Amino acid sequence: MEGEWLPLVWLLLIAFAIFMYVLLDGFVLGIGILFQFAPADHDRDTMMMSVAPIWDGNETWLVLGVGGLLAVFPIAYAIVLPALYLPFIFMLLGLIFRGIAFEFRFKADKSRRIWDRSFQIGSIVAAFFQGVVLGAFVRGFEIEDGAFVGSTLDWLTPFSFVVGVSLVLGYALLGSTWLIIKAPGELEDWARRTSVRLLFAVLAAIAAISLWVAFLNETIQARWFSLPNFYVLSQVPLLTLVTGFLLWYATRKGYRAAPFALTMVLFTLGYLGLAISLWPNIVPHEISYIDAAAHPDTQLFVLIGAIITLPAIFFYTTYSYYVFRGKVGRDLSY
Amino acid sequence: MDAVLLARIQFAFTVTFHILFPAFTIGLASWLAMLEFLWLRTGKPAYESLYRFWVKIFAVSFGLGVVSGIVMSFQFGTNWSAFTEASANVIGPLLGYEVLTAFFLEATFLGIMLFGLGRVPRAVHFFATCMVAFGTLLSAFWILSANSWMHTPAGYVYENGVFYPDSWLAIIFNPSFPYRLAHMVAAAYLTTCFIVAGVAATYLLQGRFPRRAGLTLRLAVIFASIVVPLQIVIGDLHGLNTQEHQPIKVAAMEGNWESRTNAPLLLFAIPDQEAERNHLEIGIPGLASFILQHDFDGRIAGLTDVPADERPPVAWVFFSFRVMVGLGLVMLFAAWAGLYHLWRGTLEQTRWLLKLFRWSTPAGLVALLAGWFVTEIGRQPYLIYGMMRTSEGISPVPGASVGTSLALFVLVYGVVFGAGLYYVLKLIKHGPIEVERPAKEGAATVRRPLSVPADTIEDPT
Repeated sequence: MEGEWLPLVWLLLIAFAIFMYVLLDGFVLGIGILFQFAPADHDRDTMMMSVAPIWDGNETWLVLGVGGLLAVFPIAYAIVLPALYLPFIFMLLGLIFRGIAFEFRFKADKSRRIWDRSFQIGSIVAAFFQGVVLGAFVRGFEIEDGAFVGSTLDWLTPFSFVVGVSLVLGYALLGSTWLIIKAPGELEDWARRTSVRLLFAVLAAIAAISLWVAFLNETIQARWFSLPNFYVLSQVPLLTLVTGFLLWYATRKGYRAAPFALTMVLFTLGYLGLAISLWPNIVPHEISYIDAAAHPDTQLFVLIGAIITLPAIFFYTTYSYYVFRGKVGRDLSY
Repeated sequence: MDAVLLARIQFAFTVTFHILFPAFTIGLASWLAMLEFLWLRTGKPAYESLYRFWVKIFAVSFGLGVVSGIVMSFQFGTNWSAFTEASANVIGPLLGYEVLTAFFLEATFLGIMLFGLGRVPRAVHFFATCMVAFGTLLSAFWILSANSWMHTPAGYVYENGVFYPDSWLAIIFNPSFPYRLAHMVAAAYLTTCFIVAGVAATYLLQGRFPRRAGLTLRLAVIFASIVVPLQIVIGDLHGLNTQEHQPIKVAAMEGNWESRTNAPLLLFAIPDQEAERNHLEIGIPGLASFILQHDFDGRIAGLTDVPADERPPVAWVFFSFRVMVGLGLVMLFAAWAGLYHLWRGTLEQTRWLLKLFRWSTPAGLVALLAGWFVTEIGRQPYLIYGMMRTSEGISPVPGASVGTSLALFVLVYGVVFGAGLYYVLKLIKHGPIEVERPAKEGAATVRRPLSVPADTIEDPT
């Protein structure tokens, strides 16, 4: 087939958009997941202010991932969304409660507790169901003639439950290491202690899921454990261990930005592992990214737009992070 | 109820709820850009306090728009996957461009707009406000292009049940798009204009902030007196365009069952879908023909020109259209009466007019919703006009799931909207003045980051 570079470029771009979402909204959701566990009420103010100016842009990567999937891999979009109907709805409802908390909490007096809860529970629900979506996605769907034919609750499995819990822990680690960068004084110490605890839980979760995935499906098992693949691919778990150790060390030794950066590396390795397991399918085990791709003209037209706008998006996103750099001040009214 | 109807109700509910906020924030963002411009130019504290006041209301509304908008981007797949598979080659890029050009721009500069005062130079902050305003308009551009394509599909090749792109220019600038875009942007601006005017009129009636409220009302009246008549002209052109491409929708708007010349403009009637006629008609003879054909003997299409299963639910379209036009006339009267009293110098003392503006606060918003009801219900039973029926577009999802999620959306949106309205009303009650509130016991008070330091609070007159 000619012109296969176009779907490949798009596969990488959409994978990138979704990954940007996971990292960027991941730490915002992580702040939400940890919200009520913060030592004091004014710490919650700090936590929320550390993400309030940038959360909206971060969440937009989700819309790009989903919108891109619709435009460029409509067949995948039209299978995955109905198949995971309820988890997506629950995730959206979680995102609603999380999102409005940013606006309402600052304006509430007596009812502030409600929005504290809304922020945390919304974040946990959204994160958990994103994990459920991921777990069910990896397991694959019942498909006939290019349409989902399974039942409403197919996604409800022990595996997707465990992935859901794991993602909540992973996002919490992103949140706590972000807080190391942004939080002053005692809250930073708390974030460091929390990060170390979460790190062990996250590493355990990664190990459990990695093994479980390998035995879910024979294709995945063959990919990882056949020779010579094994020599190359076994570097991924090894690197994960090394990263985990460095993260532990950096957190304990008072490095400021390194724990967050290393958590992002940890996520990258997990994502890479996932990509290795599923390649080249965009609907796992069934439909490859080439077969799911839209008309070449459609792909090209959106690609032109992406090439023009993405550099600008990077530029002003970076500027916005630059404007709000540094620790959140004790005087929170900037 | 079957899955199709539930899916339709769900889409209608979530999109109706969602559109309230973009409609309001499109206009509000431009209003804020203007206030900040005047503040920068004149340095007058009145503009600053108005900016700081409206930006808080903007933040709440924008937040509600964002959370309800994300739901929409999933609805295409969760509920309408067959439609998506058929049309994504054509419509997908329009949505993609909306994210790339508008959503990131709005979302990122919103952070600087809300939290950046004092962190970035004033000019950069003004730039951020303008980018947010520009982003809202770009977003309207792309989403209305996609929506218009579903009404007047163009620039495609149709093969084996799938639409393929043929000409992007023809797709984007499909026949109804320019009219729909102009009509919607003007409607959004008027929505905001009447909310702003209504709030100002309420303050004047209460004797609060007379200077700032008076200034606001004068600006709103001048704007409305130009844009309301302009909107009526745009609406008329949009109607003529609809007549060309969707004559049956126009027949439903007019309540006209048989194709005829000298068709009356019905002021009131009760359309009867079963009997294919109206009850209790009150009309002006020939006027519908005159409006649509510019000739009293002009022929206009009738609903019975097409089989019964190709007609929209007439009563919905018929009454929504009358609500929209009726409110348009109320707004025209308010705007011109306001202009007259502004010219006479009695705008702020004319209490009946202030009351009219107060009661007209939601007029623009309700008219906008009614207009959307007309156009969206009016194109039924089609999802892509003439090409794909709504019933053919849905996902393979059982009715129980759709019903469950619909119930959840109604519940959650009810709570969220209620809270949002409560906080907006609270902000309005507080008014365009900043008071340094004492910190509460045991909790560091997080003031909204835009709070004015106490020393800049001027006498609230």
